[in-house]
Amino acid sequence: MRAFISSVYLFLYAPIALVVLFSFNAGRNASEFTGFSTAWYGKALANTFLVSALQNSLMIAFTSAALAAVFGTMAALGMERLGTRTRAVFDALFAAAIVVPGVVIGIATLVALVAVFSFVNPALATIWPGDQPPQLGLGYGSIIAAHGLFSMALVTMIVKARIASLGRDIVEASSDLYATPLTTFRLIVLPQILPSILAGFLLAFTFSFDDFIIAFFVAGSKTTLPIYVFASIRRGVTPEINAIATLVLAASLLLILTARLLMGEKKSKSGE
Amino acid sequence: MNVRSNGPNFMQAAMNTKRNLVTAALVAPAAAWLCIFLVLPFIAMLVFAFGERAPEGGYQAAFTFAQFAKLPTRAAAFWNTLVLAPAGALLCLLVAYPVAYYLAVRANPRYRLILVSLVVVPFWTSLLVRTYAWMYILGSRGIPNLLAMIGIEDVRMLNTPGAVLLGIVYGYLPLMIMPIYVSLEKLDRRLLEASADLGARPVSTFFGVTLPLSLPGVMTGVALVTILLLGEYLIPQLLGGGKVFFIGNALVDLFLQSRNWPFGSAIAVTLVAVVVVVLMVAMRIAWKVAGTRQVDLV
Repeated sequence: MRAFISSVYLFLYAPIALVVLFSFNAGRNASEFTGFSTAWYGKALANTFLVSALQNSLMIAFTSAALAAVFGTMAALGMERLGTRTRAVFDALFAAAIVVPGVVIGIATLVALVAVFSFVNPALATIWPGDQPPQLGLGYGSIIAAHGLFSMALVTMIVKARIASLGRDIVEASSDLYATPLTTFRLIVLPQILPSILAGFLLAFTFSFDDFIIAFFVAGSKTTLPIYVFASIRRGVTPEINAIATLVLAASLLLILTARLLMGEKKSKSGE
Repeated sequence: MNVRSNGPNFMQAAMNTKRNLVTAALVAPAAAWLCIFLVLPFIAMLVFAFGERAPEGGYQAAFTFAQFAKLPTRAAAFWNTLVLAPAGALLCLLVAYPVAYYLAVRANPRYRLILVSLVVVPFWTSLLVRTYAWMYILGSRGIPNLLAMIGIEDVRMLNTPGAVLLGIVYGYLPLMIMPIYVSLEKLDRRLLEASADLGARPVSTFFGVTLPLSLPGVMTGVALVTILLLGEYLIPQLLGGGKVFFIGNALVDLFLQSRNWPFGSAIAVTLVAVVVVVLMVAMRIAWKVAGTRQVDLV
């Protein structure tokens, strides 16, 4: 049993370790380690296409995760005040946002946005006073919208679970002591759900940062880091990709570990 | 400032209205987002699926079932997906169950949290990068190269169904382990002790007590992984190399290469229908499993 478990852990981590190892390879050869070097990192970071793709990804991930954290938390707070039937509709829609495959979300968003733009752009052109009416198109906005959908569902789910585990008595005690609902929220509820909001934000950020397939459909002419990496992989495996892959791994590792620490804190607190 | 204590009826009504307004304000942004970026796109996709391809690509308004009638031309993609997704999920289960069992029942509690974290963390790192790692290992300069050194020439590993299955197990193992682990962790240890006290051998305790009680977790894991695999694109693309393609690959091809949006929409709608069917079957079975479990326990 022990041996089997160890080999599964090896199976999970060895391929990643191999990519990391070869990102420090001095030579070009992918099957022979010829010496330690950080040259490929230098090469990767000097690549302006790569750096701008990274910047796009960070900006999109931050914006969509922040929107999701705020709106998702609001939804989680509001949903418990809704009637059973309305709440069921919300639950079903959020579940759909999570369960429907990314490839379908990407396609549906693409189709809908292109259809909407085909109506809106000519209309804008006719009512626009100047010569150059703005052209709506795919880009950062559409990626943020599509990532925000999944992320909002994710944050709502996590924060709702936290709210459900909160004792109602402490909220009632607060209002019995003449605190306004807003004060109760600020002093009692918010501090207790804050770790789960942050965890939701980080998971949402990680999701957006790593997503390839949704962005692939709705990015238009823009490039995110996963799109760039995918395109480079198709051109051939190089040590430079190993370096980029290692950086991507390190970034998501940092985010997920922080998120888990926050969620763990929440668990140990509720366990008291 | 407690209004409730001195509030006559109209005061109560005013408070209710205010409460409803606050509730509406809280859920409004998420509701708008869901409507504009989930419901509207689905309606658009349905409309497109019954339309026609414009001569230059894209969409032309029509009402026809022609797109759905063409589905058999993509039978291979459906066949690959519907065979390899459940097969991958079951393979995942075979590897995941012993790990979940070990983590929940056998592992030293002191290290349990770390070991569980080590399982979860890969799931949240880039699937693209993790799949790429296997492209690297299975590619001609990886294992086949090592095999050639010891005299076994011309082994092709990449772009085979086996490579795709391997990638699936690798990518989705954490997602399978977690629900099984959770259901095993909740399991009441006294039941195991009672079974042992009543003279059951460990094997019969496992099959008579542990396994049946962990079935909800198993069902959740298999359903989750199967559903996600039905829409998989990256793993067959990178490890199947166009030879082992899924519905997701057909969709990317139709939308971004041949720009046949109506046909692509029809396939996407069908894919959603398959997902819904799988989900309903899973819920049915889960409900049945839960039902028999209760009968057993009472």
